[in-house]
Amino acid sequence: MMPADEFLGWALAIAFAAVAISQIMAMFRLVIGPGSGDRILALDTMVVNAIGLIVLLGISQGTRLYFEASLIIAMLGFVSTVAYARFILRGDIIE
Amino acid sequence: MSWDIIGTYAVGVFLLIGALFTVVGAIGLVRFNDSMTRLHAPTKVGTMGIGALLLASMTGAFMAGQGSFHELLIMAFLFVTAPISANFMSKVNIHRKTCHTPPDAPADQTWSTLVKRDEDAPSSDVND
Repeated sequence: MMPADEFLGWALAIAFAAVAISQIMAMFRLVIGPGSGDRILALDTMVVNAIGLIVLLGISQGTRLYFEASLIIAMLGFVSTVAYARFILRGDIIE
Repeated sequence: MSWDIIGTYAVGVFLLIGALFTVVGAIGLVRFNDSMTRLHAPTKVGTMGIGALLLASMTGAFMAGQGSFHELLIMAFLFVTAPISANFMSKVNIHRKTCHTPPDAPADQTWSTLVKRDEDAPSSDVND
């Protein structure tokens, strides 16, 4: 095994661990968050970290299969964040 | 040193940068002690981290010989939508008064984020 491949393996492992830890931290804030804004922020962060996890899975398996999944999750995450905020601001989503 | 090795090291470095940024954003989300302060960490640093991870994915795909610029689409989408959703969340904080509220509006007017919809008269024309 070349040293470059070994370095890539370690970097992948570290990135997986870091993104998983930040996902757990966001979940912690989602549980304890004192206000609605914090909970929406934690959910938004979890969506972004889920995109990161899917991208890391694609890198580690060497496939291009997960690109569409991460794109769709990015779009749905934005729409759901706006919908939550809209619901709290206005009382309903579609006026 | 061939391009293959340089590319592999580049993917690893991008992965490490992305992991660092992501975990810094999550630490900020947990550790900061005010709603508006907490808004800063994940919406900026976390987005940069995901951008670095997508850059790593793009570099890896180019090295594997099936490269494309598809990840730029996700990156651009995330970079465009992160400030918008942050703006909405700060409006939620102002609306719920979990931060310093803005000063009083001029006479006979109210801030639109503080308007309670149930109290609106049916014919009111409050602008968003």
